[in-house]
Amino acid sequence: MSDARHIPDRLDRPLRRLLRSWEFLLALVAVAIFIANSLASPYFLNPWNLSDATYNFTELGLIAFPMAMLIVAGEIDLSVASTIALASTLMGAAATAGAPIAVLVLIGLVVGLFCGAFNAVLVTRLGLPSIVVTIGTMSLYRGLSYIILGNQAYTAYPTGFAYFGQGYVFWVFSFELVLFVLMAVVFGALQHRTSFGRMVYAIGNNPTGALFSGIRVARVKAILFLLTGLMSGIAAVCLTSRLGSTRPSIALGWELQVVTMVVLGGVDILGGSGTIPGVVLAALVMGLVTFGFGLLNVPGIVMSIFIGLLLIGVIALPRLWSRLKPRGT
Amino acid sequence: MTVLPPRADLQTTDPVLTLTGISKSFPGVRALHDVALELYPGQVTALVGENGAGKSTIVKILTGIYQPDTGAIAVAGQQTHFSTAAAAEAAGVTAIHQETVLFDELTVAENIFLGHAPRGRMGLIDWRAMNEAARALLARIGADLDPSARLRDLGIASKHLVSIARALSIDARVVIMDEPTAALSHKEIHELYALVERLKAEGKAILFISHKFDEIFRIADRWAVFRDGELVGHGMMRDVHEAQLVRLMVGRSVDQIFPKRQPKLGPPALTVAGYCHPTEFDDIRFTLHEGEILGFYGLIGAGRSEVMQSLFGLTKPSKGACRIGDRIAVIRSTAEAIANGIVYVPEDRGTQGAIKGLPIFQNVTLPSLARTSRKGFLRLAEEFRLAREFTSRLDLRAASLDQDVALLSGGNQQKVVIAKWLATKPRVIILDEPTKGIDIGSKAAVHEFMAELAGQGLAVIMVSSEIPEIMGMSDRVIVMREGRMVAEYARDEMTPERLVRAAAGLGDGMEEDRA
Repeated sequence: MSDARHIPDRLDRPLRRLLRSWEFLLALVAVAIFIANSLASPYFLNPWNLSDATYNFTELGLIAFPMAMLIVAGEIDLSVASTIALASTLMGAAATAGAPIAVLVLIGLVVGLFCGAFNAVLVTRLGLPSIVVTIGTMSLYRGLSYIILGNQAYTAYPTGFAYFGQGYVFWVFSFELVLFVLMAVVFGALQHRTSFGRMVYAIGNNPTGALFSGIRVARVKAILFLLTGLMSGIAAVCLTSRLGSTRPSIALGWELQVVTMVVLGGVDILGGSGTIPGVVLAALVMGLVTFGFGLLNVPGIVMSIFIGLLLIGVIALPRLWSRLKPRGT
Repeated sequence: MTVLPPRADLQTTDPVLTLTGISKSFPGVRALHDVALELYPGQVTALVGENGAGKSTIVKILTGIYQPDTGAIAVAGQQTHFSTAAAAEAAGVTAIHQETVLFDELTVAENIFLGHAPRGRMGLIDWRAMNEAARALLARIGADLDPSARLRDLGIASKHLVSIARALSIDARVVIMDEPTAALSHKEIHELYALVERLKAEGKAILFISHKFDEIFRIADRWAVFRDGELVGHGMMRDVHEAQLVRLMVGRSVDQIFPKRQPKLGPPALTVAGYCHPTEFDDIRFTLHEGEILGFYGLIGAGRSEVMQSLFGLTKPSKGACRIGDRIAVIRSTAEAIANGIVYVPEDRGTQGAIKGLPIFQNVTLPSLARTSRKGFLRLAEEFRLAREFTSRLDLRAASLDQDVALLSGGNQQKVVIAKWLATKPRVIILDEPTKGIDIGSKAAVHEFMAELAGQGLAVIMVSSEIPEIMGMSDRVIVMREGRMVAEYARDEMTPERLVRAAAGLGDGMEEDRA
C-alpha cells in the first residue's frame, strides 16, 4: 500500500498507454490494409484514386463524431439516415422551386437541427429510451420523405451546389475531406478538452451520480441530440451535392454503418468510454477496406460481410486474449 | 498478535466446514494468506475485519466463485473442491449477500427452487408441488410471503427471507450471511436475529459477516478476525471484548474513536421553515449554524434522506422556504444547490456518489469544472492540484490520482466523494450515512475530518442510523419518524434510550424529566 502523502498523478507513461490502446491497434490495422491494398492493386497508390476513396467515409464520419459522443453518454440516435433523407427531400423541393444555394444549405442544417430537437424532446422531456424513440423517428422522417417524393426524384439542383460534394479545396483535397478533418478536430477538442466532454463521460458511466454531482444531465443529452441532427443535416448537404439528386431511399441503412464505425472506433456501445481519434481511425479502416475491395471488383455484399466480420473480430479479440491469460478477477 | 491456539475444551462438536492453509492472490494483490477457519453446527461465527481484509474473497471461495491457489476445504471431514457455484451449493454451502443475488423477474417459489425444482411427468416442472413446498419452507421460517409473488415487488428484508428459504430448500449445512442487516430497518433486523436463532437450532453452521459490533455480540458464538488477508485471531465471543476485536482489526489500539471538540457556533447558515412534501415529509423546520454538526436520527424510511435530497434540489417540496445565510434561496436543481453552497454526500455511494469508470481526480473535480476549466476548456494541471489538495486532507489511499475510483475500497471511495464536495467550497455539507459499510480506520478518518470542517466554520448535517455515531459526533440531534420531526436533543440531553424511544414512536423520552 502506497503512502497517502505520495500518491502520484499518473502511473502509466504516455507512450505505454498509447501502445496498449485500442487506437494503436486500429492504426496497425489501417496500415496493414493500406499495404495490402497497394500490393493487391497497382491503381491504389494514385493520389486521385486515394482522394476518391475518402468519399467512402467522409459523410458517414461527419455523423459518427456526434454519434460517438451520444453513445458515450449512454444514448443512441438511429434516425440519422432518415434525417438525411428528409433534409435532402426538402432541399430538393426548395431547389425545384428555384431557391439559391445558401437557402438550400440553410434548409439542410435547419431540418437536421429540427429532427435532432424532436428526438431530444422525446428522450429528455418524456424520459423515453432513445433506442425506441429513434427507431420511431427513423420511420417517421423517411416516411415523410416518401410522402413528399413518392417514387420521383429531385434533380434540379443549381450548378454551384455541386461544390460541397464534388469540389476540391486544394489539389486532391476535397471539400468533404477538409470538412471531415476540421470536424474531427472540433469534436476531438469538444470530447477530450472541454468540461462538456467530461460531463458526457460522467453521464455515460453513471447518470445518477452525474445528476447528484450537479450536472444538468438532460441538457447535456439534448445538446448531443441537436449536434447529431445538425451533423446529419451537414452530411445531407454533402451527399445530395455529390449525388446531384434526391430519392427517398437516399442514405438507406447508413445509421447502422455509422454505429458500426463508432463501435469499431472503440466506443463502448453501453456508454462511458471511447475516443474521437478512435472513430477517425475506424473511418479510415472502413474507407480503405471499401475502396480496396472496389478496386478488386469485389461485390458490395462481400464488403458488408467483411466489415461485419471485422467488427466482430476486433471486439472479440481482446476478450479472447484476456480469456487466454490466467483467470484473475 | 499471534493466532490464538484453539481451545480443545470449547469444541464440543466437530466442525462441519474446515478451511486450512487457504491462500489466494490476484495480480499484484495478496488477497488471502494461509487462512484457516472452522465452522461448527448450531453456532454462529462472526467474521470481522476492515474492508479489504479478505472477507469477500473467503466468501467467494466458500461459494465456489473463486478457486484458492493453495489450501484445502473439508466438509464434515471430507476433503472437497468447490470448482463451481453449483458444487458449493451441492455440498451444502449457501450465501446470503448484501445485495441478494436473486432474480427480480421470477417468483418467490422459482427463486427458492431455481436449479432444483420438483419435476413432474416428462421432466417438466411440477408448479403445484413447487409452490406448496415453497409455502411450507416460508412457513418454517415464519415468513408471510406469497410463493407466486414476483421478487421485484418485495423489499430487501423479504428478499433475505427468500434467500434463507432457498438455503433450507437445498438443505444447506453452512449459511453465510454477508452484512445481512446493512439495509434493514430496526424491526426487520430483529426478525432476522430471530431467524438466525432458528437456523442455529436446526443445527446450521452460520458465518456472519458484519461491521456492527452490537449485533455481533448479540448473536454470535464465535469470532474470527481477518486483517490484510490473514486470520489474526479467533475464539469464543464470551471471552472477548469489543476493544480487543477492534485492536485486532486495525492492528493498533483505537481508544479514542470520536474526536473531542469544542463547537463554536456562528450565525445561521441554513434555515428551513415549514418544508412539506406530499408523501415523504411534513413541516420540517430547523436552523443550522455555522460550525455546528446537526445529527438526524431515525429508522430507515423515516424520511431523513428525502428531506436532504429536497434541500439539495433533487425533489421539489410542496411547501416551505429555505434561507442560506440571510438570503432566501430557491433551489430547483442540484446545480443551483451547489451554486448556493449546499452539497450532499449521498448514502448510496455506488450509484449516487462515485462515478465508477472515471479516475479519482475527475471524480473530485466534476462539480468544480467551472472553476478548474477556462472558457470551457479543461486544465488538467489545475484538476490534479485540486484533487491532490482535497484527497490528501482526507488521507486517501490509492495507487495514483488517475486510478479508476471503482478499484478503491468502500472507505476510500467515500473519501473521494467527500473530497469532491469539499472542493466546491460549500457553506453547508449534508452527509447521509457517511460511514455506512466502511472500515473502522476510514470511519475514524471521516469523523475526524467532519470535526475539523465544523471547526473551520462549515455547517454540517449528518444523517445516521448508528447511535454511537450520532452521540459521538452531533452537537444537536433531530429525530424523525414517519416524515415528521418528533424530538430534538442538545448534546447533553442525548441518551441512546431517548433516541431509540423517539424514533420508535414511544414518546420523546423526556417525560421523566418533565414529570
